[in-house]
Amino acid sequence: MSTIETYDDKVVRLFLFASAVWGIIGMLVGMYLAAELAWPFWNLDVPFLTFSKLRPDHTFGVIFAFGGSALMGTCYYVVQRTGHTRLALPRLAEFTFWGWQLICVLAMVTMPLGMTQSKEYAEPEWFVDILIAIVWVSFGWVFFATLARRRIRHIYVANWYYGAFIIAVGLLHIVNNIAIPVSMTKSYPVYSGAVDAMVQWWYGHNAVAFFLTAGFLGMMYYFVPRQAQQPLWSYRFSIVNFWALISVYMWAGSHHLMYTALPDWVQSVGMAFSLVLLMPSWGSAANGLFTFNGSWHRLKDDPAAKFMVMALVFYAAATFEGSLMAVKTVNSLSHYTDWTIAHVHSGSLGWVAMITIGSLYAMAPRALGRPEMYSRKGMELHFWLHLIGTLFYVIAMWAAGVTEGMMWRATNPDGALTYSFLDSLIAIKPLYMFRWFGGVLIWLGMWVMAWNLWYTAADARKPIISPIPVPIPEPDVHQSPAPLPAHG
Amino acid sequence: MAYRHFEFIEKHVWTLGILTAIMVSIGGLAEITPLFIEANKVQPAEGVKPYDPLRLAGRDVYVREGCYLCHSQMIRALRFETERYGHYSTASESVYDRPFQWGSKRTGPDLARVGGKYSDAWQRVHLMAPREVVPQSNMPDYPWLSLALLDGKDIQARMRVLRMLGDPYSDADIKNAPKAVAGKTEMDALIAYLQGLGIDNEPQKPAAAPAAPASDGGAP
Repeated sequence: MSTIETYDDKVVRLFLFASAVWGIIGMLVGMYLAAELAWPFWNLDVPFLTFSKLRPDHTFGVIFAFGGSALMGTCYYVVQRTGHTRLALPRLAEFTFWGWQLICVLAMVTMPLGMTQSKEYAEPEWFVDILIAIVWVSFGWVFFATLARRRIRHIYVANWYYGAFIIAVGLLHIVNNIAIPVSMTKSYPVYSGAVDAMVQWWYGHNAVAFFLTAGFLGMMYYFVPRQAQQPLWSYRFSIVNFWALISVYMWAGSHHLMYTALPDWVQSVGMAFSLVLLMPSWGSAANGLFTFNGSWHRLKDDPAAKFMVMALVFYAAATFEGSLMAVKTVNSLSHYTDWTIAHVHSGSLGWVAMITIGSLYAMAPRALGRPEMYSRKGMELHFWLHLIGTLFYVIAMWAAGVTEGMMWRATNPDGALTYSFLDSLIAIKPLYMFRWFGGVLIWLGMWVMAWNLWYTAADARKPIISPIPVPIPEPDVHQSPAPLPAHG
Repeated sequence: MAYRHFEFIEKHVWTLGILTAIMVSIGGLAEITPLFIEANKVQPAEGVKPYDPLRLAGRDVYVREGCYLCHSQMIRALRFETERYGHYSTASESVYDRPFQWGSKRTGPDLARVGGKYSDAWQRVHLMAPREVVPQSNMPDYPWLSLALLDGKDIQARMRVLRMLGDPYSDADIKNAPKAVAGKTEMDALIAYLQGLGIDNEPQKPAAAPAAPASDGGAP
């Protein structure tokens, strides 16, 4: 054993870089799609640029390529720091990086060409699904093997969330994608009709739960105390929330199928659990926010902390909205409308993207061997671009969704419908333009981040080849979770 | 102290992992297993048959082009929905839908019962250039569909896989499939599929004499 052990951050830096690039690509696609909805000319009669074929690229690009790279990168970073240990199986870890990037490229190329299962957020065809399963199992292997060699007995709560994220996403992915291939480019799922619908939305909802929530909560539980420079408000509360969140979330998927041909009892169970779900969701949000108690002044001069606090506010707001929309009566208005789009984006742009950006700003200098990010003004600018863009986007889509919902249900005194479907589309068209504008602001913000990261990495660009050694501090084996390691 | 038990979990990675796996499995098992059991009991609605080769090809075009991203095929049991689109959809109508196409967003209207509402000619113009017939529409054009010819062999392969999964196609059905799609374009197939949507299986029609129970997997 050498005298000074160091963290293995090479793969962390790779994921950091990939995440910044995919963020720009995924959001560029989103912006383009928004333009297509506002001005259909932009479909250009090119098959792979047509809205219906390109949309999976946006969702896959931001969720799995941008979010996935950020999650895997921070996961490798956090599991080393919280366990005072080097990454186990560094070769396999590097394989997960290249494997994941290959998957993202393959998926984003094949889907617009029409190789799709048409299951939302699980569009890639069977051959990509198999690759995903392989890389995912490897990822879990590296993670749990690293946990197993930790030098602190207690497993820090962030790792619980990362662990649940890995286990649940693996399970969801495999069950939802069981299909019989017809050819390289086409397969049929083994489920049909109502069962397929239930399996798909069990997957779809819990992809949100475990990919976009549990994973990012892991990020939050490490980087928020780190950025607030004090321990979590309540450690035990975070554990209670953990068990509540992972067990309740899995029941709630059927709220995507209210008033449909799914049996009534499943819909009601889904609604009930969606309401219960508000508690662990707000529990985590409160825990994160209260962690800033006594260090709110940090928001003045630390844009990364600002991103995190705003992320938690959006998390609380979006989970409240989600539970509300799972109430059957509300759902009868909101379902099928742009309100759903507003909800998804207040969650993804507000919560997921902001906690990711905040964490990347917190992690990047440390992983790149710099005291801080290259430009604080750049971070500040990014914050405002992102926040204003998100508000533009979400408010426009709320207004559009409620307009659609109200117009679809409006009836004259004689019982006939007041509006044709087309009337509702005409009514919301200006809002589609506002939404596009919000998207542009957010996308510009991503460029500011990429520029900032590029210059922060100036010294490190060569060391990507010869890694920057970050020494592992000597652990206290029986360390209780409250005091955080002072450095690293 | 009761908390000691929890501390044990917090210090043992495999215990933690296994408990997590159990907790995340319960919800799905509780909701999906009964559906699986029930799925065997759900009989296709009267008039719902496995897709004939042309409509099957059209359905796969519908899936490939991503129509489900803007059009639902699920009329909810709400008055303003049934007023606009017709009788609410039932589970027995989508037993042959792999994957289901209920959708989640309506940028355009629901299509569950669109069959027969417009003429074939209208559908063709509308798919080629929607704004020719609906100037305010924001639907994309799909002109390439009318250039692509269907491949009979490919349809046969698809039907064989579907039969393996339980759809009652007979040998004759599969054998005759290439004839049914010969010379047809993807556009023809898609129109055939759309024109068949919701036709013949809208519940509460004056019931015709029930067809012979097709439980033997015979000719549809």
